[in-house]
Amino acid sequence: MSEKLRSTPLLDELEKGPWPSFVKEIKKSAETNTMAEGTLGQLERSYMDKISHWKHGGLVGVMGYGGGVIGRYSDLPEEFPEVAAFHTYRVNQPSGWFYTSDVLRTLCDIWERHGSGLTNMHGSTGDIIFLGSTTEALEPCFADLTANGFDLGGSGSDVRTPSCCVGPARCEWACYDTLDACNDITHSYQDELHRPAFPYKYKFKFAGCPNDCVASVARSDMSIIGTWKDDIQVDQAKVQEYAANGVDIEAEICRLCPTKCIKWDGKSLDIDNAECVKCMHCINVMPKALRPGKERGATILIGAKAPIIGGALLSAVFVPFLEMEPPYEDLKELAEAIWDFWGEYGKNRERVGEFIQRVGLGNFLDEIGLEPVPEMVAHPRSNPYIFFEEELEEDE
Amino acid sequence: MSQPTVDEVAEAMYDLVKVTHGKKNLKAMDLTKAMIEKFGEDAVDKKFCKLAIRQLIDSGRCIYSYFGGSFITLPPEEGSGG
Ligand code: HEM
Ligand code: HEM
Ligand code: SF4
Ligand code: SF4
Repeated sequence: MSEKLRSTPLLDELEKGPWPSFVKEIKKSAETNTMAEGTLGQLERSYMDKISHWKHGGLVGVMGYGGGVIGRYSDLPEEFPEVAAFHTYRVNQPSGWFYTSDVLRTLCDIWERHGSGLTNMHGSTGDIIFLGSTTEALEPCFADLTANGFDLGGSGSDVRTPSCCVGPARCEWACYDTLDACNDITHSYQDELHRPAFPYKYKFKFAGCPNDCVASVARSDMSIIGTWKDDIQVDQAKVQEYAANGVDIEAEICRLCPTKCIKWDGKSLDIDNAECVKCMHCINVMPKALRPGKERGATILIGAKAPIIGGALLSAVFVPFLEMEPPYEDLKELAEAIWDFWGEYGKNRERVGEFIQRVGLGNFLDEIGLEPVPEMVAHPRSNPYIFFEEELEEDE
Repeated sequence: MSQPTVDEVAEAMYDLVKVTHGKKNLKAMDLTKAMIEKFGEDAVDKKFCKLAIRQLIDSGRCIYSYFGGSFITLPPEEGSGG
């Protein structure tokens, strides 16, 4: 495109300074893409009016799917016809976000052919985000994606695109194969992912250890967080090396352990593993000396949500320890039992965590067939109303 | 009532979406519950209804729509620009 881009004095401010600028990037695309050029116009207008000119649309998608495309329109279509329809695709990312450069080029080529060429790698859902498609382009772009081995992700009241940390691919702390588990769950629940049948969204996130690099505890209805049952592995010679190199073990390790279960006598480190709550602190500070134990698996937590308006809810322990071996039958059984109960009685837009608060943890456990265990108590005295069948019977 | 086929259940779902169109939006579970009530829980269950919904959507008679949650609705009318 040889004619000059439209004038955008307010957006230009965002190109100043040494940091990357989305305006700079949109301008680059705008030289060859009219939708990107229209985006500049509408954005500049939004900065003038101090209001978004995008609006939601209800009725777009690809044949057979209830998720993966989010309808987006301009509320100034006469003024900015290039972006009158500007839908978003969520494209299911590979586990752990691993690509070859060839695959990245393929994705970008597809998107330049069909849409604005603007992407968000990646959205906070984990998906590859393609920004700005016309309604007509939806099906042909989808066909190109599937021909290259990609599929849409979730949106609406369905299983959302599962995501995981890089896990054993790059991280020695991974207590299970997050990449495989994420991939397995994604493939096992294609129907639940593409055909929304729940009261609201349901997110799986897989973290290999309690560092929880995908923030699953805050962002997923089902957090699968790696953990271990036996003792932290200690290399005493390496601990001494850390001490010799200036780590104040008493101050930086022992006193910062949340349960104060570590002792250091200047020569050897003694951990009372029964009291360890697997916070990862000591391991994070001395990665060469300490590592998670050998009996590894995951803790399953349920019920987080990060709402825009109400208070955030963190997920809480449901299954303290689960072995994470393919085909992950126990995990699937639990997920399906939850969907069955919440699916039938949950209100529209009620996340499973809110549902549990409404019906009560005791009733919920009863319905999905789990026994209450002490690990489910999130804080002392926060869940006082778990009743045990035997006690009830005695009262009657 | 005798055992209905997936097609028959899908057809009954379609009829329900048609009569409630413009009055009430239905979710997949609403359709499922209505069918279990209509045909009886011995004849159809959640799994069977899932197949019927798949058939209803894949035939193009209904689509998924999003109004702050996912619903099963009639497709937009031709020319309405939806
Ligand atoms: C040696 C005597 C006593 C011992 C060892 C004792 C011990 C305890 C313990 C362990 C608790 C549970 C605390 C918790 O749930 O976190 C408790 C709670 C309680 N005790 Fe005692 N107690 C004694 C005497 C008394 C007396 C004489 C009274 C009343 C006149 C009393 C009234 C209560 C009440 C009302 C609670 C419930 C407090 C709450 O839930 O916040 N206790 N007691
Ligand atoms: C009309 C009279 C009373 C009313 C309306 C009343 C009401 C209440 C209420 C609403 C609670 C809070 C319950 C909860 O934590 O969910 C409570 C707790 C308590 N009340 Fe009363 N109360 C009355 C009389 C008394 C008397 C006469 C005593 C002691 C002699 C008493 C001792 C306590 C204690 C110790 C607790 C704490 C229980 C616990 O935390 O487990 N109350 N009361
Ligand atoms: S969550 Fe744990 S295993 Fe996963 S990348 Fe982070 S530190 Fe490594
Ligand atoms: S992991 Fe945390 S709780 Fe466990 S010993 Fe280390 S610092 Fe203490």
